Amino acid sequence: MLNKSQRKTFEKIFEGLLFSSSTVTSITVIFIIIFLFSEGIGLFNSKPIEKEYFIALNETNPVKDISPSDIDLIFNQDVTNWSKLGGKNDSIILFTLNNITDYIPEDSLGVNLEFLPAQINKFISSNTGVIAYFPDEYKPEKFDAFILPVGNVKVSEFLKGKNWYPTNQPAAQLGILPLILGTLWVSFGAILIALPLGLATAIYLAEVADMRLRNILKPLIELLAGIPSVVYGFFGLVVIVPLVQKTFGLAVGETALVGSIILGIMALPTIITITEDSIRATPRSQKEASLALGASRWQTMVRVIIPYSKSGIAAAIILGIGRAVGETMAVLMVTGNASVIPHSFLQPVRTIPATIAAELGEAPAGGLHFKALFALGIVLFIITFGINLTVEIIKSRTKRA
Amino acid sequence: MKDKSKEVEVEQKPTVIIETKTANLFYGSFHALKNIDFEAYQNTVTALIGPSGCGKSTFLRLFNRMNDLIDHVNISGKILLNNKNIYDKSIDVDELRKKVGMVFQKPNPFPKSIFENVAYGLRVNGISDSGYIEEKVKTSLQQAALWNEVKDNLKKSAYELSGGQQQRLCIARALAVEPEVLLMDEPASALDPISTSHIEELIFELKKQYTIIIVTHNMQQAGRVSDYTSFFYMGDLIEHGSTKQIFTSPKDVKTQNYITGRFG
Ligand SMILES: Nc1ncnc2c1ncn2[C@@H]1O[C@H](COP(=O)(O)OP(=O)(O)OP(=O)(O)O)[C@@H](O)[C@H]1O
Ligand SMILES: [Mg+2]
Repeated sequence: MLNKSQRKTFEKIFEGLLFSSSTVTSITVIFIIIFLFSEGIGLFNSKPIEKEYFIALNETNPVKDISPSDIDLIFNQDVTNWSKLGGKNDSIILFTLNNITDYIPEDSLGVNLEFLPAQINKFISSNTGVIAYFPDEYKPEKFDAFILPVGNVKVSEFLKGKNWYPTNQPAAQLGILPLILGTLWVSFGAILIALPLGLATAIYLAEVADMRLRNILKPLIELLAGIPSVVYGFFGLVVIVPLVQKTFGLAVGETALVGSIILGIMALPTIITITEDSIRATPRSQKEASLALGASRWQTMVRVIIPYSKSGIAAAIILGIGRAVGETMAVLMVTGNASVIPHSFLQPVRTIPATIAAELGEAPAGGLHFKALFALGIVLFIITFGINLTVEIIKSRTKRA
Repeated sequence: MKDKSKEVEVEQKPTVIIETKTANLFYGSFHALKNIDFEAYQNTVTALIGPSGCGKSTFLRLFNRMNDLIDHVNISGKILLNNKNIYDKSIDVDELRKKVGMVFQKPNPFPKSIFENVAYGLRVNGISDSGYIEEKVKTSLQQAALWNEVKDNLKKSAYELSGGQQQRLCIARALAVEPEVLLMDEPASALDPISTSHIEELIFELKKQYTIIIVTHNMQQAGRVSDYTSFFYMGDLIEHGSTKQIFTSPKDVKTQNYITGRFG
């Protein structure tokens, strides 16, 4: 037996342990958030063109500012005349290391390209329509051209941009709108599938199924939550993708729809478990009050039990969405990952987490692409944070009512 | 008023509304009600008394088939309402429960407005005529002696009422569906003396229209409100008779001991 002072010390130590573990946990969480933000925010202090490269125009060209997406259009030759960009009616001449020999004979560049800077200067100043893209090392000392100022990546361009080509040359295209929409579409579809199914199952389990059946079904459903997401992805790829492809006569079966189906299945256990628990938490006295007035079991369900457990059901829905939004692996495997703005569930889409997972390995640490992926992580964090916040608000609101 | 209630019963030739014949109930293997023969008469109040756990609530819940909700319950014998076995396969349980209303020990209003609580039973019965519903809510609240206190606040949540008011609201809710029989399981046990006397006066009024069976632990209450009394002990119905007889000249020594407070 411990005496009183020993017990006091023991309690103190135990208290200290509890305190320090909760502190460690909180600090870790904060550290992760800080890390995410510090890496991601860096994107907006970076320029979307390769470091140590310059873009130059003829001095007489009235165009003095070109956005990254317009740069991309020019170098993809989707825009071929300066008038499109507010300049004179003058065709655009691309001038880069790749096509320099189309304009200047190779032998006049010198064996070690020592005459290149002078040639660049000469070519730009004698052609009004030229846009040149070269490494800084070939920048002429006396340069008679206009060097295009390239601003930092803008938040609005990042959020609203329609193209995600983070490794594009000369200007990386960092528009995440297709990824945000892809994520939302797939998640929305998943909820559309999982919600009616999940609610029905939860109601069945809580109110209709007898004990024996329930004792079989419930663990089975909980098992569903424990299956690794790659397995779901694999199942989707092998079973659902061909099925969707055949059913709708598509060229490719990897579509938003398959992503939604798989995510819907994955969100089911969360929705079922939480909904069922909250249905069961309805006081017996409430159920009996309704039945004693001659209400049928179904009327009691609709008029008493569901209203009583609506905060739990709302939490279930939102947590289900949360699971869908953040899910990575399975979605990566079945949605086709095309970063285009979706117009139908039968198109390939690409989600935010899938993008991060697929591209992080190829993005050099600290580079523009790397930072862009972290900024994507921030967007995802904000979305899921918003979802969790909504759950909390719903919970606290229904508690008060 | 107490005295009046006792005088009335003796002269009347009673019509049997509720009757049980060798009713048995098992919770799994536990024999909770043993061969019960029982009668309750029209426009009378029957009190069920007995020590805790003797089966009063279980017995009361036979009449609106509330025990059906519990797993592993086994019922045998005859339980008759107006001479019809209510455990017959042809019986519609929801219909039965409209005829046999119930008020529970703890007030259990719905988390809805006062009005909607009373209207609930009407709405689930498919009544949508709002004029009728309004009228019925009013008369039910009047019958339950709650109207004057809530008539200006019908939209207020039922949870804002006091415990005693909530219990009267639950009574009004039960009355709105116009049952023939009203089952009350210790309806005043969670209430203060003033609310309790409200409820007792109410019971006295209600028996003019309804047949009432009430469970109570309170001997004075049983004496005050009931015409007949049944004493239960460990699942047996020991003695059943007019309240006057049970309280003044019990035949069984167990009844006598219980009434005089020697156990229970
Ligand atoms: N759901 C149940 N499952 C198993 N046994 C039960 C159940 N409900 C009641 N019992 C048992 O049946 C017996 C009678 O219970 P009941 O609730 O009818 O007693 P009561 O007379 O109403 O008691 P009280 O005065 O305390 O309310 C008790 O022994 C109780 O333990
Ligand atoms: Mg009881």
